[in-house]
Amino acid sequence: MALRKERACLKRHAMSAAWLSVLFAGLGQFYNKQHKKAAMLLLTHAAGIYIVAAQLFPYLEGLMTLGDKGRHFEKKGKISVMVEGDHSIFMMIHGVLAALVVLVFLLIYILNIRDAYRVGLRIQQGKEIHGLKNDVFPWLLLALPFLGVLFFTVMPIIFTSLIAFTNYASPNHIPPKNLVDWVGFATFHKLFNLNVWSNTFFGVLTWTIIWAILATVTCYFGGILVALLVNQKGIKFKGFWRMLFIIPYAIPQFVSLLIMKNMLNEKFGPINAYFRAFGLEGLPWLNDPFWAKFSVVVVNMWIGIPVSMVLVMGILTNISKDLYEAADVDGASAWMKFRNITMPYILFATAPLLITQFTGNINNFNVIFLLTGGNPATMDYNNAGRTDLLVTWLYKLTLDFNQYNIAAAVSILIFLFIATMAILVYTRTKSFKEEDMIQ
Amino acid sequence: MKRSKLVLSYVLLILIGCAALYPALWTLLSSFRVGNSLFSDTFIPQHWTLDHYRDLFRDRADRSIPYATWYWNTLKVATISMILGTLIQLLTAYAFSRFRFKGRKTMLTVVLILGMFPGFLAITALFVIFNMLNLLDTQWALIIVYSAGAALGMFVAKGFFDTIPRSLEEAAVIDGASHMKIFTSIILPLSRPIVTYISLTTFAGAWVDFIFARMILRTPEKWTLAVGLWNIIDAYNSTEFTLFAAGCVLVAIPITILFMYTQRFLVDGLTAGASKG
Repeated sequence: MALRKERACLKRHAMSAAWLSVLFAGLGQFYNKQHKKAAMLLLTHAAGIYIVAAQLFPYLEGLMTLGDKGRHFEKKGKISVMVEGDHSIFMMIHGVLAALVVLVFLLIYILNIRDAYRVGLRIQQGKEIHGLKNDVFPWLLLALPFLGVLFFTVMPIIFTSLIAFTNYASPNHIPPKNLVDWVGFATFHKLFNLNVWSNTFFGVLTWTIIWAILATVTCYFGGILVALLVNQKGIKFKGFWRMLFIIPYAIPQFVSLLIMKNMLNEKFGPINAYFRAFGLEGLPWLNDPFWAKFSVVVVNMWIGIPVSMVLVMGILTNISKDLYEAADVDGASAWMKFRNITMPYILFATAPLLITQFTGNINNFNVIFLLTGGNPATMDYNNAGRTDLLVTWLYKLTLDFNQYNIAAAVSILIFLFIATMAILVYTRTKSFKEEDMIQ
Repeated sequence: MKRSKLVLSYVLLILIGCAALYPALWTLLSSFRVGNSLFSDTFIPQHWTLDHYRDLFRDRADRSIPYATWYWNTLKVATISMILGTLIQLLTAYAFSRFRFKGRKTMLTVVLILGMFPGFLAITALFVIFNMLNLLDTQWALIIVYSAGAALGMFVAKGFFDTIPRSLEEAAVIDGASHMKIFTSIILPLSRPIVTYISLTTFAGAWVDFIFARMILRTPEKWTLAVGLWNIIDAYNSTEFTLFAAGCVLVAIPITILFMYTQRFLVDGLTAGASKG
């Protein structure tokens, strides 16, 4: 009984400090006798109220309405004059910036309450209180990177998620001529249910997934096979072979892909020229839906196998010789050693890589866009071709067709998918570190 | 039995070697071939010429292929992005490696998660934002895109800084050295390999990027090589193939040399990316 009373008493000071800080930032710190900190917080709170109420409020309001009049004509005397109306997208950008400032103030406010409570508790318990720490150097270092990431990584992400919930698209909703409005989930609804869009979306999605699986599996196992081939006992000049096979990786991707595009040219390309030399017809490598899909997978192998090969070679040199010697003592055959030591080791060490490569292939923009440009075109799809991936489709939607809201919605869906995969990788790598099978 | 297996392996190795080498070799040979067409009867040209290389740097009225300008643009954008990006990445990595400040853990997690976000998924937003700011069709926008997010790739550098023993700095602190002094005269000289690695990869990244370059740059005089070469194929429909081949050779040479030089970092970089955190 006495103990509980004492504890309640202990907390009383901390609670009053916290409540004072809720009332106005800094009051609790004043109560805790941290005058400098209190003064700073008081000023921040006052400035915050002034800035939000007097300066930012119109912008926040703009974010809600996105303007109420586009470019229009107004009568001035006898002639009508064109008047610039509200520019919805500017209003959105300003609104987001204003909201970010408000969030910063809110964060300071919450931290201030927490600080008042904690310091109050320490005072009651008679512990030492730390003043303001003055080590600002790491923050100085981080200032520029922080701003860069905030404005060109975080802002675009927020902005993309907002655009997806508007009707910002050509031809009817492009500022400054027209306004853009919030439409809730209508864009997603269109993407999933409206035939014009949903056919394209699900068609492209299906091919994206098939492509990602094919591309990942071919490159991964191709890489393992080539690495094992080079690493065999008795093969001479291992360094030379390795160097030779790495060449496709050393050439800039856009160069080799554009070259491949020419090599696979149906009429004049050398590949079909060889076919004809043997009296064969030659194939429409990039112009037929099936062969175009085949071509991108094979070309991707040419580009992707060197990467897996280098990795697997690195892993092979890490396998401890003791394992093999022990196996030799037990009289294991070469095949048994491969099956029970080499292969599990490689699979185990490269498993997280498999997932990153899979997500990488979902977004493998270069191979598709530079090789086929998403073509062959088809009437079944809306602004997309037979080999388009979701990313190349959204690129076209943004740059060529100005369908920003659909593009943004597609980005969000891809991101959700990638994020799930990323979380998977993250937890897997963590579990890998705790794993003790290898070492 | 054993011998036949070895022979088979060598045959396979040679075949794979041919496949790996063929496109590069074919392009190189095409760039020396007389004429401008994609089609040729022989693999090795019958008549050799250096005209296409000369042509790249000469103005001609019947086409607009300002190759020299593109080369200069690419060099400019890649160099400035390299300097900014490397600086940003080193600063971030150093701050996270050496200092224990409030919110460090949270920020590390945020960096890790944001780093997994593929930058070009925000391409719609970037396009709209640059359009609003009137930055479309400027090379600064491109430099911003390449270097602003550099902080997110800092884990390799942080790993490197983590291995530099703290006793060195503690000794310097006793001698009265400032933070800045410690960074510039102790840490930086010791981290030359990682600085080289980061700057070369950033440079190469900017040199070969196509996605953002095509999104931002609109007028032919401002293009980088990636957009320019893509456009030769797109607009001239392979009728200027030998010229294109010569252009490709000149683009690929510096990058391939850089790559051969950074090769030894390759595995470290790739595996570090796979197991960061």
